[in-house]
Amino acid sequence: MTTVAGSPVTAFENNDQKPVGHGRMLRKEDPRFVRGRGRYVDDVQLPGMLHLAILRAPMAHARIVSVDTSLAEAHPKVKLVVTGAMLAEKGLAWMPTLSNDVQAVLATDKVRFQGQEVAFVVAEDRYAARDALELIDVEYEMLDPVVDVRTALDPSAPVIRDDLDGKTDNHCFDWETGDAEATEDVFAKADVVVSDDIVYPRVHPAPMETCGSVADFDAVDGKLTLWSTTQAPHAHRTLYAIVAGLPEHKIRVISPDIGGGFGNKVPIYPGYVCSVVGSLLTGKPVKWMEDRSENLTSTGFARDYVMRGEIAATRDGKILGIRTNVLADHGAFNGTAAPVKYPAGFFGVFTGSYDIEAAYCKMTAVYTNKAPGGVAYACSFRITEAVYLVERIVDCLAYELDMDPAELRLRNFIKPEQFPYTSKTGWVYDSGDYEPTMRLSMELAGYDELRREQEEKRARGELMGIGISFFTEAVGAGPRKDMDILGLGMADGCELRVHPTGKAVVRLSVQTQGQGHETTFAQIVSEETGIPPSDIDVVHGDTDQTPFGLGTYGSRSTPVSGAAAALVARKVRDKARLIASGMLEVPATDIEWTKGSFHVKGDPSASVTIQDIAMKAHGAGDLPEGIEGGLEAQICYNPENLTYPHGAYICVVDIDPGTARVTVRRFVAVDDCGTRINPMIIEGQVHGGLTDGVGMALMEMIAFDEDGNCLGGSLMDYLIPTALEVPDWETGFTVTPSPHHPIGAKGVGESATVGSPPAVVNAVVDALKPFGVRHADMPLTPSRVWEAMQGRPMPPI
Amino acid sequence: MQVPAPFEYERAGSVDEAIGVLDRLGDTARLIAGGHSLLPMMKLRLANFEYLVDINDLADELGFIVFEPDRVRIGAMTRHRELLESAELARAFPIFQDAEKVIADPVVRNRGTLGGSLCQADPSEDLSAVCTTLGASCVIRGRDGERVVTMEEFHRGPYETAVGDAEILTEVRFPVHPSGSSAYEKVERRAGDWAVVSAGAAVWLEGGVISDARVGLAAVGPNTTGLPEISQTLRGATPSEEAYARAGDIAARSCDPASDHRGSAEYKRHLAKELTVRALRRSVARVNGEED
Repeated sequence: MTTVAGSPVTAFENNDQKPVGHGRMLRKEDPRFVRGRGRYVDDVQLPGMLHLAILRAPMAHARIVSVDTSLAEAHPKVKLVVTGAMLAEKGLAWMPTLSNDVQAVLATDKVRFQGQEVAFVVAEDRYAARDALELIDVEYEMLDPVVDVRTALDPSAPVIRDDLDGKTDNHCFDWETGDAEATEDVFAKADVVVSDDIVYPRVHPAPMETCGSVADFDAVDGKLTLWSTTQAPHAHRTLYAIVAGLPEHKIRVISPDIGGGFGNKVPIYPGYVCSVVGSLLTGKPVKWMEDRSENLTSTGFARDYVMRGEIAATRDGKILGIRTNVLADHGAFNGTAAPVKYPAGFFGVFTGSYDIEAAYCKMTAVYTNKAPGGVAYACSFRITEAVYLVERIVDCLAYELDMDPAELRLRNFIKPEQFPYTSKTGWVYDSGDYEPTMRLSMELAGYDELRREQEEKRARGELMGIGISFFTEAVGAGPRKDMDILGLGMADGCELRVHPTGKAVVRLSVQTQGQGHETTFAQIVSEETGIPPSDIDVVHGDTDQTPFGLGTYGSRSTPVSGAAAALVARKVRDKARLIASGMLEVPATDIEWTKGSFHVKGDPSASVTIQDIAMKAHGAGDLPEGIEGGLEAQICYNPENLTYPHGAYICVVDIDPGTARVTVRRFVAVDDCGTRINPMIIEGQVHGGLTDGVGMALMEMIAFDEDGNCLGGSLMDYLIPTALEVPDWETGFTVTPSPHHPIGAKGVGESATVGSPPAVVNAVVDALKPFGVRHADMPLTPSRVWEAMQGRPMPPI
Repeated sequence: MQVPAPFEYERAGSVDEAIGVLDRLGDTARLIAGGHSLLPMMKLRLANFEYLVDINDLADELGFIVFEPDRVRIGAMTRHRELLESAELARAFPIFQDAEKVIADPVVRNRGTLGGSLCQADPSEDLSAVCTTLGASCVIRGRDGERVVTMEEFHRGPYETAVGDAEILTEVRFPVHPSGSSAYEKVERRAGDWAVVSAGAAVWLEGGVISDARVGLAAVGPNTTGLPEISQTLRGATPSEEAYARAGDIAARSCDPASDHRGSAEYKRHLAKELTVRALRRSVARVNGEED
């Protein structure tokens, strides 16, 4: 791994020893993880705890004729068997999704995807619970499934959602953005118009830890404690209160250590609700932990967009307009987790990093007999799809113009002086300076030398490709005026309390799933207060212990909660200044802050440390007039805008001409996420995201057969990459701070997942240029690459 | 966590004891060796057996690689890792090391066995292709003694072998002829995955002419297939790209691949040829001391 700075390296960048503030310090949470002492949901063991298993539909579409649970109930270890009909009696058979649709907790009328929840068993152990599922006899009447998204709206297609009043087709929603007429005008005058069909197949986040929960309802005090694999504990608590009618103060949601989320743990799944029902009915704690196949076949998928991309340009490579028509497969229920006003997430940023004249998108979303979901896998609310579309279609344009793809991009970037830049679809990019980032990536890659090497190899019949992706993300949802999830605004609370001895606890609403929050947030508070990160405890993932906020997804933790942490620390510091002025016996305007202490202007020897002040705040003796004791503060931060990180990625691949196997030889990633808090954590997130991207580009896909059977139900069938498929990552960075974020930071968690797939695909397509290939769809398995070489690239669906 | 259905567990201390238990329990029982195919199938509840008979205590009795003048005998409980790490085996049959390097991952290779691999009879299984390529024969022991069958007889179809309910595969024998070598070529979608297609080749030279050659393919038909027509074509031929191409054409023509998520039938047919050519080329280079 190589890291090269594109901006002046500040003193802290490579200083592990730095006692306070931003910088490359080791992660505070790692001592417990590397010792195997993390505590996950499945580690929760409560006295008398029972185990829950879910019976799932074996087929994609069928009417439930009858459910006979008598044999299961007779199993000696079974305590409870619940069917959809029983839930319906309690009004709990259906629940709202995060997109204002409804989803069955347990099917009552029909099953609508393979793997859908039909009944559950609660038993003394998980073996017995699983055994008893086989004793439940369900009679189904088979129905034709809707599998191909392209024919889902045919008048002859079976109607999946006949539970919705008056529903006569499989239409889910329509959505458009941009200006259709202006775009048409631009396309009409363009010298060159290029279009292509681009499919982003269905993929799955596949976190190492599957989803699960332990519900413990205490009938005496009426309190429900729910340990669950959730990226958004507060939002979940409020939704449980609204759906189940339980008083919110009697619900405690605990999200302990989480073994990867990637968006898979944003929705509320039927299993969580079943465990709550199980505990309510048995009076015992009930654990539900899904197995790998259940996770892959029934929980939130990602992508599944069939896109028509069009780009208009002048002959000399000035991009004029981008237009797209999208067919979106939402599965059986619209379970998309995105701000309410954005049914297609933030796909509207499909104009990318380019200054163009017009853009337009028309989208149609449909129901199919597949698992629900739709926003997951580190996608920044569909920016993955948007970036893939624009970066692929720009490369198609470069192909048609016979222009170097780096040169084409450089020619069309939004210029630094244009920021804040309002895109043609209405997004206000906060800051950016794209050319230096692009130039740095080319320098690190040795771009010109690579092109020369490629030329020589092509002459010898060898296949080498160089792929570029330049992305701009929009992360940190979001401003209350625009963004909410089911009516909950996307502002985040934060509390900071400094103890008398100068140690501190910061309480966050966001929940880490591996991002290193316990370190990053301690560093943010440390930078603002001078308290060493090791003296700052970060508390998160427990609704009884933390202020309200919307959770960790869409790269929002640092843009939103990170801002909250910085501002709450500044509030504490402001109070500390007043106390210090009393201690130093000078007016507050006469003292200066240097990290960790206040001193009298012009007299650095007259100073008090933050620790001195903390003791004074809690100690004996008078405080300045009007100052309360204690040293703590709280805040609720409402971001004024999203943050817009960007990056330039260059991928080099070699393809074996005989077997069509792709080897990713090199990958250079230059990221600009504004102010960098902990460079090591940023690099770790980038490494993970790049690996994700190689996986999606080369091997990952949740496929279905014509009957709607999921073909990706195990990790033998759904391939995720290993260390052997990825190169040594080469990373670099530039720093363009966000103007509105208090410390100038932008989100970065999903940048690499968003930015890397087009770089890999562009490299493979570039390698196949001698075969006349302009586009080939993911996943670029050897077979699919070979088919493209034969002149018959096949769409994956 | 995926959990299997209830089953009873017996642990055999000798081959005869294992055969006795199998004889008593009939087809409700299954031997478990490395368990890396059987246990996942049981956890997915694709396989449900009343009894598992654990033969890992037979690792000493059936774990061996014995080199004799005209043959190599390998015990059925010999683990992948032992096959991978035997330098003497690599000298006799380099194809073993080629194949073992691309079989699953170290965790599987530490436990999985030669016998288990053959008895699983998965059409995509690598060691079955290796044994086919090398013209191996299998020693099957029952109450009434031993019988020896060829690989063609051993594999009766996908997941189906000649081993009866009260029998155990104990040993696999490989004939040794002078001035030969071998190689294995595999295309997989990801490290550790099953083969999209793989091809093994073994070649013997005499005075610069091919005296015998064998090719075995995996994942392109109901079971790994030996290709006698290739042997006939190559015998007496001078090693050359033209000869390899002829053999490759026969491989492509003779196999019967199906389109699935690993690849299209056309691609697999192409690979059958491409990998046959590569494996033959590498085998000949090895005989001539030009590689490895």
